[in-house]
Amino acid sequence: MTRTAHQSFDPGLLIIPAFALLILLFVIPLAWFFVGVFAEEEGVSAVMHRFIDVLSAPGIVNALITTNWISAMVTALTLVIGYPIAYYLANNTGWRFALVLFCIIVPYFTSVIVRTYSWMVLLGRNGTINQALLSLGVIDAPLPLLYNKMGVLIGMTYVLLPYMVLTLYATMRGIDSNLVRAAYGLGASPVYTFRKVYFPLSLHGVVSGSLIVFILAIGFFITPALMGGPSDVMIAMLIERAVEITLDWTSAAIMSVALLAMTLVLYVIYYRVTDVRRMMGA
Amino acid sequence: MVRAGGVTLSFYIALGCLLLMAPIVIVCVLAFSGEGYLRFPPDSFSLRWFYAFFGDTRWRQSLWSSLIIALIACGISTVLGFFAAYAYLRGNFRAKKAVLSVLLIPIIVPHVITAIAMYFVTAKFGLVGNIVWIGFCHAVVTLPIVVLILLSSLQSVDINLERAGLSLGGSRVYVFRRVVIPLAFPGIMSSALFAFLASFDELIISLFLAGVRSQTLPVRIWNSLHLELEPVIAAVSAFLIAVTGLVLAFDMLLRSLRATKSTGTDGSS
Repeated sequence: MTRTAHQSFDPGLLIIPAFALLILLFVIPLAWFFVGVFAEEEGVSAVMHRFIDVLSAPGIVNALITTNWISAMVTALTLVIGYPIAYYLANNTGWRFALVLFCIIVPYFTSVIVRTYSWMVLLGRNGTINQALLSLGVIDAPLPLLYNKMGVLIGMTYVLLPYMVLTLYATMRGIDSNLVRAAYGLGASPVYTFRKVYFPLSLHGVVSGSLIVFILAIGFFITPALMGGPSDVMIAMLIERAVEITLDWTSAAIMSVALLAMTLVLYVIYYRVTDVRRMMGA
Repeated sequence: MVRAGGVTLSFYIALGCLLLMAPIVIVCVLAFSGEGYLRFPPDSFSLRWFYAFFGDTRWRQSLWSSLIIALIACGISTVLGFFAAYAYLRGNFRAKKAVLSVLLIPIIVPHVITAIAMYFVTAKFGLVGNIVWIGFCHAVVTLPIVVLILLSSLQSVDINLERAGLSLGGSRVYVFRRVVIPLAFPGIMSSALFAFLASFDELIISLFLAGVRSQTLPVRIWNSLHLELEPVIAAVSAFLIAVTGLVLAFDMLLRSLRATKSTGTDGSS
């Protein structure tokens, strides 16, 4: 093939505009923010001192513990709830498959604020669930379902469940069902087959799904801010408050560095164990 | 496979689907409530909360802001994302997977951090509340979505058709315009739809950058939720859910189009 000047241009170059946008509106703002804020302090040792002060303050230590605890709980909940759903999707076709997928996809693409609002309507003191339970006579006084940890866990599990299900499904779809049949044929019980054959084969999905849910959970802001109580403060909420209410940009930057570091370390692990092209369950 | 715990599993799945859809369905029903407070099921039905939504100039203003921002973000991210996905599939550069994973980072980084960093710069330039600027900022987080969708849909575009176009003397640009884009069109359209939706629903970046004059629908919902659970929010939520429904329906249409198109390609190659 003869290659003239205009034919020899490398299609790979077309990635440049996307990177230009990323650098101009993402990398530069982040760098500018951190450098700009820390430059106001007197020298590197002053910045180090601020880091130690901020990250050892009881409120922030508590928020970091809460953040990790809630994220771990949400990851476990989405895994336990999502695993059978993904299994069902991987082993059914036709209308059953379509219906279950529909029930995952519609919430998945609905605005987080709308989904959070929906649960607030359901769980509130005068919410749908309390009204139903009261009128049925199951309870005498409304249950406290909202503005506490329970509310945060329900809301975040609901929002993040589709990520888990779609990631698990992507792995389970590739599991050869003949292996399970072979185990049955050799006389293995269903429980044994699941433990020794199916679950190990799905482990890759379990790990990727848990990682992506945990990564997204530690940075969560909308749902815990609206559904949590005064003691359920996550780190992203403290960052927002530092900027919007106390105007303490230095603390905001320090907490952001910590959260960003946690996120990026987990993302590197995620990148190593999985195919990033499957990130959104595509 | 379902035979292992068949009935239990089916029951569990039915319950799961019910719980997944219930919040969304209930909000949509409440949006048509005729009462001044939220009660499910409502005693009477009306369109009064939709009138309250569309009749209020501030809500209408928010709708416009959301729409314009989403169109800008969608336009930019679809074009750049398409180029990037094409470059990823056809280009020859080193560490492809690493390059891609960098491009996807805006999904992973907590939006609060992204938003504050953008706000820091935006305030310096005096661009807080500038709709065009917010659209550009949204494009950063919608770009990875476009790339992910197009990476999977562009795979069905046969590279041999491009080679044929090139060997018949078409220039790269010509082949790109007359072969690649038409073949990839359904995929491009669905990635554009999801980019639009992601921006239309985005809250955190808008919250910081909107100021008082360009509040989007999600920002206005957020502000109202801190005060009281007004029923008008149910109507706005139902509207946003309807937009999601429309996007998903269009996407399904485009998928079926893509299916016929790719089988057509397979038949001829």
